Amino acid sequence: MSDPTQTSRRAFLRGSAAALAGGAATAASAGTPDPLITEVQSWASGLGEGVDETPYGLPIEFESDVVRRNVPWLTADPISSINFTPIHALDGTITPQGCAFERHHSGAIELRKEDYRLMINGLVDTPLVFTYADLERFPRENHVYFCECAANTGMEWAGAQLNGVQFTHGMIHNMEYSGVSLRTLLEEAGLDAAGDLADKWVYVEGADASSNGRSIPMEKALDDVLVAFKANGEALRKEHGYPVRLVVPGWEGNMWVKWLRRIEVMDGPVESREETSKYTDVLADGTARKWTWVMDAKSVITSPSPQAPITHGAGPLVITGLAWSGHGKITRVDVSKDGGITWETARLGKAEEDSKALTRFYLDTEWNGEDWLLQARAMDETGYIQPTKDQLREVRGENSIYHNNCIQTWHITPDGEAENVEVS
Amino acid sequence: TPVFAEGYGLGREALPEEIQAWDVDIRPGGAGLPEGSGDVWTGEEVFADYCAVCHGDFAEGVDNWPVLAGGFDTLADKDPVKTVGSYWPHLSTVWDYVNRSMPFGGAQTLEPDEVYAIVAYILYSNDMVDDDFVLSDENFAEFEMYNEGGFIVDDRAETEYTIWRKEPCMENCKDSVEITMRASVVDVTPEETAEEEA
Repeated sequence: MSDPTQTSRRAFLRGSAAALAGGAATAASAGTPDPLITEVQSWASGLGEGVDETPYGLPIEFESDVVRRNVPWLTADPISSINFTPIHALDGTITPQGCAFERHHSGAIELRKEDYRLMINGLVDTPLVFTYADLERFPRENHVYFCECAANTGMEWAGAQLNGVQFTHGMIHNMEYSGVSLRTLLEEAGLDAAGDLADKWVYVEGADASSNGRSIPMEKALDDVLVAFKANGEALRKEHGYPVRLVVPGWEGNMWVKWLRRIEVMDGPVESREETSKYTDVLADGTARKWTWVMDAKSVITSPSPQAPITHGAGPLVITGLAWSGHGKITRVDVSKDGGITWETARLGKAEEDSKALTRFYLDTEWNGEDWLLQARAMDETGYIQPTKDQLREVRGENSIYHNNCIQTWHITPDGEAENVEVS
Repeated sequence: TPVFAEGYGLGREALPEEIQAWDVDIRPGGAGLPEGSGDVWTGEEVFADYCAVCHGDFAEGVDNWPVLAGGFDTLADKDPVKTVGSYWPHLSTVWDYVNRSMPFGGAQTLEPDEVYAIVAYILYSNDMVDDDFVLSDENFAEFEMYNEGGFIVDDRAETEYTIWRKEPCMENCKDSVEITMRASVVDVTPEETAEEEA
């Protein structure tokens, strides 16, 4: 306590607290009692709402900023379109379903459990039809996984464009899924007819008009793919595939087919629209990668960020964000305040992080009004280090659209604002 | 008693009519196609009736709706134009996608012959066939797309992972840092958010 720098820091803190006191809300100022404490408030005297007020609740009105947002110019219409999870305002790792992003190709359809049918056909011993009730009778599993749209951060390939982490990184959600392993259902139909499984595929499609058909190699289908009907403890939301969707851990969100209606075992890929015209990645020489299924290690600082500026002045600051990898667990996240010249290792939010799931990180630090160029850099259990945008562009050029897992930079200015920038 | 010798005995056998109704995917080369045919001129009429309102009379695209024709040899340009002609590797995908998911808002309303005709017209719009071209299940497999050889299987394991799987720099990683681009200059973030934050 005799450290003079400590004393001066405290003095500085008091000074900045006084500077903020222009606003109505301030916790304490020297000598003047806080009326929020000294006067009896209405909520401490009257009554709140009864338990029958809200059979299924929504967030309190003061959290109205924590909503999905659309960027209208991105798509021709809002039906085959995307919106964004408000990750700037969330903490932990589980995404509330009500504000978890949506991506539809022909809208969010309404499909009752009673009308639901799942067909398995093709190279199986017995083609089968399941009702929703049938699916609930198979042994169930629970897993937490991220679902990231292949196009997340896609608007940022050529430069810094959208000013908010919700828009640059919000095509993602992370939920605890309950469902049946795809392997169990395939084995129920019988795979003897398929012969050697090494060169076999499954084609999966939805019940909606777009169908969103995708081809998945049998090895993945038999590994960890889930046919899920609950997310975060309750039924899937309509917009997330009610009553049944595919969960394809670590792989691009497009393959997480919603309103799943058919699984066909085949001896090759269909090369559908969603794996030829779309979800193929054009390289600088004009050739394109296909079947870029895995989402590589990625991270982003969610606060401070353009939608979550520093409003408390100098002193203690929590830098926090998300990291994830389609290859497994996140083992480390480094944070830089000077645009990548020096790095310090952040603290992961949980002792044991999930695999192929969002991981929360924190750097408990101090900000004294400096200009910062904030970056985060994820590392996964394969030893892969999240690259810079320049490193990615060197290999791929600027027209890949998909799979942009670059390091993001936020410029923090002395007033606490944050801006999406690119740095040399 | 379980229905099957193995497994849980859940579900029931799918009937041929049911499989036929839902299993309509078309493989590269045309496996899965129904019998039928359609010519360019019929295709032009059907396209005008069902497609041109969004995709344009010549498949050139209206407003932000997808462009289906043109853009040849632009894939290495700064702004590639990726159309059925310039980009798509398989004709089967065109037939499959039009048949199952178009027109937007009225999917699965086209007859097989109408789909053949529309696909023939899209090829004609791309200058890939003459105006007397007739597409059918019999000549389908012969058709070669312009960008059929334009795709490689994901090669990140060799071109990226081997480079980026190494211990990262922690100190003195570069000499200096400059801001080279700012999102506020581009200014395309939805206004609503800016107002809320203000």
